[in-house]
Amino acid sequence: MQELLSYSAVELGRLLRKGELSVKEATKAALSAIDGRQRGNNAFITVTGDEALARAEQVQRRLLSGEGVGPLTGVPAAIKDNICTQGVKTTCASKIMGDFLSPYQATVMEKLEQAGAVSLGKLNMDEFAMGSTTEASFYGPTRNPWDLGRVPGGSSGGAAAAVAAGECWYALGSDTGGSIRQPASYCGVTGMKPTYGAVSRYGLIAYASSLDQIGPLARTAEDCAAILDVIMGKDRRDGTSLDAPCGGLLAGLNPDLTGMTVGIPVDCFEDGLDPDVRKRVLSVADVLKGRGASIEEFRLPVMQYVVPTYYIIAAAEASSNLSRFDGVKYGWRAQGYEDLTDLYCKTRTEGFGSEVKRRILLGTFVLSSGYYDAFYRKALQVKHVIKSAFDDAFSRYDLILMPVAPTTAPRLGESLSDPLKMYLSDIYTVSVNLAGLPGLSMPCGFDRQGLPVGAQLIGPALREQAILNAAYAYQQDTDYHKQAPVAAEGGKRA
Amino acid sequence: MNWEVVIGLETHVELATRTKIFCGCSTEFGGAPNTHVCPVCTGMPGTLPVMNKKVLEYAAKASLALNCTVTQYCKFDRKNYFYPDLPKAYQVSQLYLPIGRNGSVPIRLGSEEKVIRIHELHMEEDAGKLVHDNWIDQTRADYNRCGVPLIEIVTEPDFRSADEVIAYLEKLRSTLEYLGVSDCKMQEGSLRCDVNLSVRPQGSDELGTRTEMKNLNSFKAISRAIAYEARRQQERIELDHKRVIQETRRWDDNKDATYSMRSKENAQDYRYFPEPDIPPMELSDAYLDALRQAMPEMAEAKRERYQAQWGLSAKDAELLTSSRAMAAFFEETVAAGAAPKQASDWIQGEVLRELKERSLDVKEMIFAPENLAKLIGLVSAGRLNRGSAARVLRGCFADNADVEDYMRQNGLEQVNDAGLLEETVTAVLAENPQSVADYRAGKKKAVGFLMGQCMKRLRGKGDPKAVSALLNQKLEG
Repeated sequence: MQELLSYSAVELGRLLRKGELSVKEATKAALSAIDGRQRGNNAFITVTGDEALARAEQVQRRLLSGEGVGPLTGVPAAIKDNICTQGVKTTCASKIMGDFLSPYQATVMEKLEQAGAVSLGKLNMDEFAMGSTTEASFYGPTRNPWDLGRVPGGSSGGAAAAVAAGECWYALGSDTGGSIRQPASYCGVTGMKPTYGAVSRYGLIAYASSLDQIGPLARTAEDCAAILDVIMGKDRRDGTSLDAPCGGLLAGLNPDLTGMTVGIPVDCFEDGLDPDVRKRVLSVADVLKGRGASIEEFRLPVMQYVVPTYYIIAAAEASSNLSRFDGVKYGWRAQGYEDLTDLYCKTRTEGFGSEVKRRILLGTFVLSSGYYDAFYRKALQVKHVIKSAFDDAFSRYDLILMPVAPTTAPRLGESLSDPLKMYLSDIYTVSVNLAGLPGLSMPCGFDRQGLPVGAQLIGPALREQAILNAAYAYQQDTDYHKQAPVAAEGGKRA
Repeated sequence: MNWEVVIGLETHVELATRTKIFCGCSTEFGGAPNTHVCPVCTGMPGTLPVMNKKVLEYAAKASLALNCTVTQYCKFDRKNYFYPDLPKAYQVSQLYLPIGRNGSVPIRLGSEEKVIRIHELHMEEDAGKLVHDNWIDQTRADYNRCGVPLIEIVTEPDFRSADEVIAYLEKLRSTLEYLGVSDCKMQEGSLRCDVNLSVRPQGSDELGTRTEMKNLNSFKAISRAIAYEARRQQERIELDHKRVIQETRRWDDNKDATYSMRSKENAQDYRYFPEPDIPPMELSDAYLDALRQAMPEMAEAKRERYQAQWGLSAKDAELLTSSRAMAAFFEETVAAGAAPKQASDWIQGEVLRELKERSLDVKEMIFAPENLAKLIGLVSAGRLNRGSAARVLRGCFADNADVEDYMRQNGLEQVNDAGLLEETVTAVLAENPQSVADYRAGKKKAVGFLMGQCMKRLRGKGDPKAVSALLNQKLEG
C-alpha cells in the first residue's frame, strides 16, 4: 500500500491502464491514507469518500472501454478549496462562505472530469488564499508532514501537505504570489504556476484577479506536465485566458539541455537567504550543467521593489473582489443586525479572519481618493518595470534559477506574530506573478534539520516546456523528489 | 436680479443588444424576478465577465454619431460600493479611458441653433432592482437587470433652459434610435436622465453650486423639475440668503418637488481602479471606418432630403422622420410608386390615426408600405375616391389584406358611370327644392348639403369631382 502511494501520478496512470490495479484500489488506498493522516496534518477541509468511490467505478469502465483515456485517467487527486465544485461545498477556508455550494463547476474541474480524474475532496488553505503558512484557515492550520510542528507553507498548504504525505497523487492549487511554489518547497513536492492566462480562472474564487493562476502540485515535473496538458487552454468564459497552443508538454519532455542558458540573479542569493537554502539551490546549477545547460550570473535589481508592489496590487484587487461577501446572497450571515449597514458590518467583521481583514483594509486604503496615485497607480508602473526587467533577462537567458523562499518551513505560530516579516519572505515568488510568468518549484535537497528545500525555475511567458524540461532533467539525476516523510504521522526524515 | 440657469446632463441609455454585457442572459424587459440570470450576472464567487462585442460596437457607433473622439485603447474600471442590488459590490464601468470623449450634439430651438458639448460617453453594466414588500416588511432583490448594457452620456454644462434640455434629449433619442443601438423607451427605463443644475446671476462667468436631480421618468418630469429646482435655488439665495448645498436630490412626481437624498459630505468614495478581469479593448482604424461606412442616414439628413428632393414642408419632414421606422415606412411607400406628397398626407392622416386608435407603434405595424402605395395609386387612377379609400385602409390595416381585393370584395370602386351620376343629381335636386332655392338666393353653402345627399345615394362611391361639376352645372344652368 505504502508503495502504491509512492508512485508518481503518471506511473499510477500507467498501472491503471495496464490493469495491474483498479481505480477503486487506488482510491481506497488514498482514502485510507487520508483517514490515517488527516488528524495529524489537517490537509483536507472536505473529504468526499463516497463520491470518489462511485466515481472510481465510473472511470474504471472508461478505462475498460479504452475511450477518452489519458495519462491521468483514474488517478485520484484533490482540489484546493477556492476552486468551485458543483455538489461539494467550497469554503475558501473562511467562515463567511458558510456551506457555500457553487451553482456551477469551475473550468478546471470540467477538464479534470474529462481527463478521468477521481476527486478525493477539498484541501485546506489560508483563508481566501491570503497567507504563507495555511495557519489562517477557519478550519484550523495544516501541518507539515515532514515535521508536524511546522507549517506546510501557503496558501496551498493543504495541497502540498496532501501530496507530500501520500494522501493523493496530485492536487490543484492556486498561486497569486507564490501560493503553489512556496508550500511545494516547504513540503518537498513539485509545484508549478503557469503563465498568467494559460489556465482558465473561471471558477477560481478570486483573491487578486490580475495575479491568480491555478496550477498543479505533484511528485514530479513529469506529473506537472501531464496535469498542465489537461488544464491549460483558452476558455471562452475567461476573457483573460490566452489563445495559445497548448498540450503536448508531457510528450515533449526532453532532458537534453544542450544549448540552454540559465541565468542566476545574484541579488537573490545575498542577505536574508538561509545558507543551507543558498547552497542547495546553487547546487541545482551544477546538475543542469551536467545535462548540457550553461550557467551565467546576472543582476536583477528590481527585486527590492517586488514585495511592496505585490502587496499594493494584490490587496487593492482583493478589497474589491471580497466585497461581494456581505451576508446578503449566500454564505454565512451574522445574527442580530439592526439595518443593512449593520448586517454588512457584523457579517464581515465576524466572518473574515484577521489576515483577510488586514488586506481588505490595506487595499481599501490604497484605492481611496487621494491615495490612488501615490500607491496603486505607482504600483502598476513598477509592475511594468519589473516585467521589463524580466523580459530583458529573458532576451539573454532561457531560464532563471533562484530560491523559492529564504528559509525552510518555519514553526507553527512563528510567522503570525510578525506579518511584515511574513510578507517579506514572499520576495522570490511574487515577481513571477507580477510579470505574469511561469515558475516551478522542485525539491533540491534538505537543510541541516532535514527539512525540504525548493529551487525555483522561471521562464518566459508560455515557455512552460523549457522549465519542465530542466526540472525533468534535474529529477533524472537526483532523487530528492522521491523522498517522503518517513513517519507519515509526522516524524522527520530518518 | 436676473438669474441664469446652467444645466448639464448625465443620460443613461440601455443598449438594444439581445444579451447582457458580460454573459449570455437575455436583456428582455420584464420577466418574472430572477429568471434572466446566471452565475456570472449574479456575481457568484469565481465567475468572470466576458465582453459582449455587440456592446462595444453599439457604444462605438453612438460615440461616432455624437461626434466623439473614440478612445481606441479603451478599458473598464470597477466602481466599488455596497448595495444589495449590486451583487458583486462593484459596478463595471469606465472612468479612466471611456470609449468616447469630446463630442458635440447640435440642437435647434425654433430658428436658433446651438451646440451641446459631450464630455464623455462610457459603457457600464446596469444594477438589479430592489422590491420592498410592505406587507411582510421584506426587501427582495431582482437581478434580471444586472448586467444589462448601458452607455452613459455626460454633457458639459451647456444648457440654459428646459427647452434646450428637451431638444437635446429628443435629438439624442432620435440619433440612438436611428443607429439602432437603443429603443430609448423612457417608460421601460431604457433612457434615464440625471439633471445637474445651478443658477448664477445673468452675465456671471462663474458656475454656481450645483445639485443633481434623480428619478426623472419623463420629459414632462424633467421640464417641471428644472423649473422647480431653479426657482428653489434662486429663492434660497435671494430670499433666504443661504448658499445652495451641493447634494443629490430626488424628484417626486406626485408632489412636484425635489427632496434631498444625500449631501456631498456623505458622498461615497467609489475607489475606482482598472477592471483586471477584462482585457483592454483595441478599436482599430479599420474597425471604426467600417462602422462609419455603415452609419445610417440620420433624421436631420433625411429631413433636408425630403424637403429638397421631394418638396415636402419642414413640418411634414419633421413628422415623417420622428422615428427610424416611420421614415422607413414613408420611404418604402414612395419607393413602391406613391407620390411623396400623397404618401406623406396618408401617413400623417389615416395611418397615424389607425396606429393611435390601436395603440400601436410604427414598428409593430403589419400594414405594408407597398399596400399603401397601391391604395394611393387606386385613388390617383380614379378607381377609388378618397373617402372609400380611407375605409379600405381601415379594413386592411390589421392584417395587411390586399387593398384592391378588399375594394372589389366590398364593392367600393368609384362610380364613374355618367348616366347614373346624372340620374342621382337630378333626383337629389328634385327632392330638395328648399336647398336649391337657398343656393339660388345666394347661400352658396347649400351646395355642400346637396353634395352630401348625392354621395349618400351613391353610397360614398361617386367620383366627387364629377358629382360636384354636375351639381354646379345644374344649379347655375
